[in-house]
Amino acid sequence: MNRFEMLQKEADTLPGVGVEHDAQGRLLFTAVPQAVPELAVWLNERAFEFATLVVEETAPGFHLVHYFFYARESGERITIEAHVGPGVGLPTISDRVHAADWHERETEDLFGVCFTGHPFLGDFVLHDEDWPENIWPMRHDFDPRASHPRGRGLDEDWRPRRLLEEQGALEFPVGPIWGDYGESGLCLLETPGEQIRLAHMRLFYKYRGIEKIAEGEPPDKALLLAERFSGNAAFAHALAFCQAIESIAGVKISERSRRLRVVCAELERMRYHMTVIADLAGSTGLAVGKAMGQELEEELLRLTETTMGHRYLFGLAVPGGLARDLPDAAITRLRTEIPSLMPRIQRFGRWLKVSSSFLDRIEEMGVLSTDDAKLYGVVGPVGRAAGREADLRRGLPYAAYDQFPPDIMVEQEGDGYARLRVFLREIEQSARLILAALGHLPSETVRTDCMAVDGNALGWVEAPAGAAFHWLKLDGDGCITRWRAGTPGFRNWHAFHRTVEGAAFQDFPIILASFGLSVAENDR
Amino acid sequence: MANWVLHSLKRGIRTERYRESEPLPAGTTPGRPKPQRMDESAAAALAECCPTGALQVQSPGIRVDFGRCIHCQRCRGDEGLEWRQDATWATHLEGAQESLGGSFRRALHVRYLDAGACGGCMGEARLIDAPQYNLHRYGIFITSTPRDADLLLVAGPVTEALRRPLLDAYEAMPEPKRVVAMGVCAINGGVFGKSFASCGGAAEVVPVDIVIPGCPPPPRAIIEGLLLAVGRSRSAQAVEAP
Ligand code: SF4
Ligand code: SF4
Repeated sequence: MNRFEMLQKEADTLPGVGVEHDAQGRLLFTAVPQAVPELAVWLNERAFEFATLVVEETAPGFHLVHYFFYARESGERITIEAHVGPGVGLPTISDRVHAADWHERETEDLFGVCFTGHPFLGDFVLHDEDWPENIWPMRHDFDPRASHPRGRGLDEDWRPRRLLEEQGALEFPVGPIWGDYGESGLCLLETPGEQIRLAHMRLFYKYRGIEKIAEGEPPDKALLLAERFSGNAAFAHALAFCQAIESIAGVKISERSRRLRVVCAELERMRYHMTVIADLAGSTGLAVGKAMGQELEEELLRLTETTMGHRYLFGLAVPGGLARDLPDAAITRLRTEIPSLMPRIQRFGRWLKVSSSFLDRIEEMGVLSTDDAKLYGVVGPVGRAAGREADLRRGLPYAAYDQFPPDIMVEQEGDGYARLRVFLREIEQSARLILAALGHLPSETVRTDCMAVDGNALGWVEAPAGAAFHWLKLDGDGCITRWRAGTPGFRNWHAFHRTVEGAAFQDFPIILASFGLSVAENDR
Repeated sequence: MANWVLHSLKRGIRTERYRESEPLPAGTTPGRPKPQRMDESAAAALAECCPTGALQVQSPGIRVDFGRCIHCQRCRGDEGLEWRQDATWATHLEGAQESLGGSFRRALHVRYLDAGACGGCMGEARLIDAPQYNLHRYGIFITSTPRDADLLLVAGPVTEALRRPLLDAYEAMPEPKRVVAMGVCAINGGVFGKSFASCGGAAEVVPVDIVIPGCPPPPRAIIEGLLLAVGRSRSAQAVEAP
């Protein structure tokens, strides 16, 4: 009996849970709401990671809640499903699986499904001052093109909630709009003077409601949103979206397109990481370093444009493969330019690593402990820099990553410097993968017919910032009835506050830059 | 210890010369579709494949409304339209305030404001400062506070939650002031459109003088837009007929 069968057998004995092996090769646990928290703990103990939570409205007031889990090393997948009726809540799992905390808050805000026992519900995606109570935009009876309902506005004497009770303590707001090129979002820093004691992130100022406005649209329309809600990781999100559709349609794509998808995704990762490094140098006042980083970033963008037709890879991923093949000239160009760019990137990295004034600002700065990284389920390079060996390209391989597995770059310290090293090494790794995947390209079509109707599936990728999960449900015409984009930004912002608490004020922008977080990716 | 000053001197000047008459370095711009003459059925088929209505049939061919084109590339390819690799895209809107003159021509302070933009517009706006483009040579500076700003550069569809901050920033700017909307999102909401969560463009909240089409507009196009605001670049057409 293999491990999966053993799990199935063991789970069968749990109270309130039905177990079946479904068509997509995963275990499906159908649970009564009360059984969910215990089940989540049971999965956690067996090294299953929480992937994402998806809620769909099955009938007015009735909801089906899916909790997706996967095993990081073996790639087994388990889903818990629970039905809830009108006015009934689900017990929270956020006290046991903390990574689900924000997922529950979001669900309560957008669907009105209550999680009993959750300590902070309300005022999350929809801010209290500009959204009325008891209107849930993700329910089907809400019209996405309706005008924005009027909230009660900000009272004159409104002040953000403050926890720090100390003489001279004050709350210092940063945002919602920032200087220079900062992304909009509000950061409330509580301090008695010098040190940041507590930090609260109030995000979703950039909420564009993509999952709602995509409802009823055909996938080729919604794909435009998947690419553009977080344009610096456009290919990654578009790819996860397309993989979900291919999975519903049961379509296998050609070998050439599987490999070219690796090439595109890794080129995007190289550029994304370079952006983070340039901004990190800039945040410490290292002007020449920032300029060099941005110069390399621009060169990577130009390489992307000349080989793939768009600087941010828009319009490339489609269900069934790729919209266009890469011409021979583009492939030759990649084969020559990547090896000539790499020594320059490595030299730049070496200079950064010996600049003591720069290192002083990032070493032991913004430490994310391994325990916190685990507790919050931090993903991507930030998680790997804190000792978490998680990478979906290896754990749940997609595209051609089964043939071209990346090494997982792990560091233990969890500080700004560890993150820098991970970003740098992952750029090298991506370059290696691109050249390897370009090695033996079969000549064949890159686009297979793919028509999906009536079904649902989860698609996933290791986006530049970490694991991304897109769940799609299509109706009989192939239009979208529910789309959920579970993003690495959403996951990692949740943990960010832990790393600034205890830091001095002037280090705040540096820690922020070292995380390489995207607000747009969080807010959707 | 890395000697950054030495490294930077050794590298020499990396800023690229720019003349509108010369071709741009490869990869600087994604380019955009060219309006073309063709028979009506071919034009109708192309208009049909455009997801945003940017391509419209106008006899004898197809015209392009750049304010809607999101560079999805679906009209590109063998049977599609030819693309033009330029970046002078900014358009001075009809009836808007004229460009800023006098000393603003060589000293313009810009407040960039993220009103719900994705990483595309954010990334390109950051790069106008990259060595290849070197914004400062034009006497254009990015400032953090609206009180020092002559120009507000808005990206993103303006989400409902950022409507108020955008208006506040605009009101805090001293006169004379101009507003530039960059990216199709800021022009009309782009792919997000007007919805319960987004206003459908900057003009719904503040008066817009100049628009820079593109999704995203590349750094060169953004710089052209800023130069247009001080009368140092020419205005492109918003819609081009075949
Ligand atoms: S590239 Fe522009 S014009 Fe062409 S189909 Fe896409 S949106 Fe329409
Ligand atoms: S115009 Fe395009 S690139 Fe710019 S914010 Fe909108 S979707 Fe992103």
